[in-house]
Amino acid sequence: MELWYTEQHTDDVRFSIKVDKPLYTGQSEFQRIDVFISKEFGTFFTLDGLMMVTEKDEFIYHDMIVHVPMATNPNIKNVLVIGAGDGGTVRELTRYSTIENIDMVEIDKLVVDVCREYLPQTACKLDDPRVHLYFEDGLKFVRSKAAAYDLIIVDSTDPFGPGEGLFTKEFYGNCSKALKEDGILVNQHESPYYKEYARSMQRAHKRIKEFFPVCRVYQAHIPTYPSGHWLFGFASKTYDPLTDIDEQAWNSLEIKTKYYNTEIHKGCFALPNYVKELLVSAEE
Amino acid sequence: MHLLDQGKAPIYEALLKYKSMRVVPFDVPGHKQGRGNPELTEFLGEKCLSVDVNSMKPLDNLAHPVSVIKEAEELAADAFGADHAFFMVNGTTSAVQAMIMSVCKQGEKIIMPRNVHRSAINALIISGAIPVYVNPGVNNMLGIPLGMSMDEVKRAINENPDAKAIFINNPTYYGICSDLRAITELAHRHNMYVLVDEAHGTHFYFGADMPVSAMAAGADMSAVSMHKTGGSLTQSSFLLKNARLSTGHVRQTINLTQTTSGSYLLLSSLDISRRNLALDGKNIFGKATSLANYAREEINKIGGYYAFSTELINGNSVFDFDQTKLSIHTREIGLAGIEVYDILRDDYGIQIEFGDIGNILAIISVGDRALALERLVSSLSEIKRLYMKDKTGMLDHEYINPEVVMAPQQAFYSEQRSVAIKDSTGYISGEFVMAYPPGIPILAPGERITEEIIDYIAYAKSKGCFLTGTEDMDIKNIRVVEV
Repeated sequence: MELWYTEQHTDDVRFSIKVDKPLYTGQSEFQRIDVFISKEFGTFFTLDGLMMVTEKDEFIYHDMIVHVPMATNPNIKNVLVIGAGDGGTVRELTRYSTIENIDMVEIDKLVVDVCREYLPQTACKLDDPRVHLYFEDGLKFVRSKAAAYDLIIVDSTDPFGPGEGLFTKEFYGNCSKALKEDGILVNQHESPYYKEYARSMQRAHKRIKEFFPVCRVYQAHIPTYPSGHWLFGFASKTYDPLTDIDEQAWNSLEIKTKYYNTEIHKGCFALPNYVKELLVSAEE
Repeated sequence: MHLLDQGKAPIYEALLKYKSMRVVPFDVPGHKQGRGNPELTEFLGEKCLSVDVNSMKPLDNLAHPVSVIKEAEELAADAFGADHAFFMVNGTTSAVQAMIMSVCKQGEKIIMPRNVHRSAINALIISGAIPVYVNPGVNNMLGIPLGMSMDEVKRAINENPDAKAIFINNPTYYGICSDLRAITELAHRHNMYVLVDEAHGTHFYFGADMPVSAMAAGADMSAVSMHKTGGSLTQSSFLLKNARLSTGHVRQTINLTQTTSGSYLLLSSLDISRRNLALDGKNIFGKATSLANYAREEINKIGGYYAFSTELINGNSVFDFDQTKLSIHTREIGLAGIEVYDILRDDYGIQIEFGDIGNILAIISVGDRALALERLVSSLSEIKRLYMKDKTGMLDHEYINPEVVMAPQQAFYSEQRSVAIKDSTGYISGEFVMAYPPGIPILAPGERITEEIIDYIAYAKSKGCFLTGTEDMDIKNIRVVEV
């Protein structure tokens, strides 16, 4: 018998991982949650049949979504994380002793419960005393905040289902309001490669640009996400990640990472031409 | 409790049976179960086209129902607590017209508030009935017309004891309800029929703790837009009737104008929606109400906006309030309702029901979700943050009491000529002018055009209202009655 997890990356493209055994299946108020164990990727978890996290490659995503803004402004103290129920983003943030507070807003409590049980690799720091968990709609949470955060990380699912409110103009506008004057927003930006994902990326880029003078896009290679080519949006009111990075300061922290380094930091903002064109056409 | 088995849906079931028989069609419609129009079939789906069929023995006939439509009508009547329910496929407009034409002949009087939907005044043009307008109350702060106050109704009845009927729109678009029971009782004592435009009140029949429905209040007929909040397809509707009127007479009146090719897509959507609401309506509208109440609370927290509700109730012109209507007053943030409506759609991808001079309305119904309401609330908060301005110079009312010079039918059929709207002061209008939605006329045929009305039209236009009604598609000229 062979058991395979298959994800539909487009109507005509599929991606499969051989499953050793299924660990959990559940339906929350918002979505279906599955956890599997596999030889190649270790334990992985999916929402509504879409890959969220695998033990083997999660470091890439979490390194890139956290260390790029943190190296740009080492004085970040108050952080808001939206989504990120697996805990990986929070885990990376807690490695900075300078961070004083982390608010994590995840709409689906069951995701966090399941990850605590099956994915301690990412969920291990959710009980850090600086971490405060809120189980509610990120859009609603951010709406009530003004000039409060140094960094907002939007670590969301795709912009359909429970994440639908997070790729909208009202969301980014409220994020801009919730950030301090020198605040930074990092958004998981989907993939530029397949059309549907590219469209979401363009929409997010266009909307973020309406609120932030500095808007840059960077990339990473994440094997289990559609096309493997993944983008992040960096937006800020003052900091430019290319000129404001203090390499020495970050390296002196001696945070051991598997993917991120300050060379990658500088290089990841260099984008392929087709991606640049997508961004330009999104801005028009 | 319902007397009949509301789990049944006879029209739907008959269509399923028809499909399973794999009938070879040599009748209309010509697309022959979709085969003749592949693009349309691809767009709407094979399932949809396969039941877009003509009336036939096993599927009954809308104009003369004797089998499955008759049975579906009986189930609907039972669900709504009516003596009879007619399936309407020409919109609630046709239901409103059928109500009026069933009880008013040429020259007979009907008492109604002036802030009715265009369809009611259209019915007066067709039938030749003479309107006796009752001024609706007006909330000065919000600028909106309210329900009918009992004093005004009493006066109209006393001054016009020969009127045949009284027509009530309940709830209004904004959610305002009149005292239906008292008005009905008073009208019946004076031997007048009570007709209710309940286009926005489907849920009154199914939800818990709703304002009283027309049938429960003892009204004689009601036009219910099942498609507006009940989940059926656009254009499908019910005309409900109580025992004082004969079913046969009303059906004959409906058949004067209703299509003889009643759409089975619309009919089955009514049938299935009625079943759904009868079985689960309490739950569905309980959810809609709590969503609307939540959004109202959050919107009022933003400040500047005023999402109004039951606190408006005054026992008279606001006898009750429909809490599923999310009506929001916007003038205090310096934006006309229509401006907020446009920004929501153009910048935030959110389509609401309407925006007028000082208010917007979002309809919360059978299909709404908390996540979507969160987007609406957050967008409104952003619109205030980004666009708020000084409100000086903004118009503060939605409604101008008209001076009625002649009956709508007489004006409509009079000799007319076209004049520029800006130069039309003092003339008698030969046509309608209204913003759509809501479709409540600013001017109706037979009414005097005043400076105030011209200013109002110009203001509505400048703020971006979609004005309709005149023959001139640009709404620059208006046809006036030659006198």
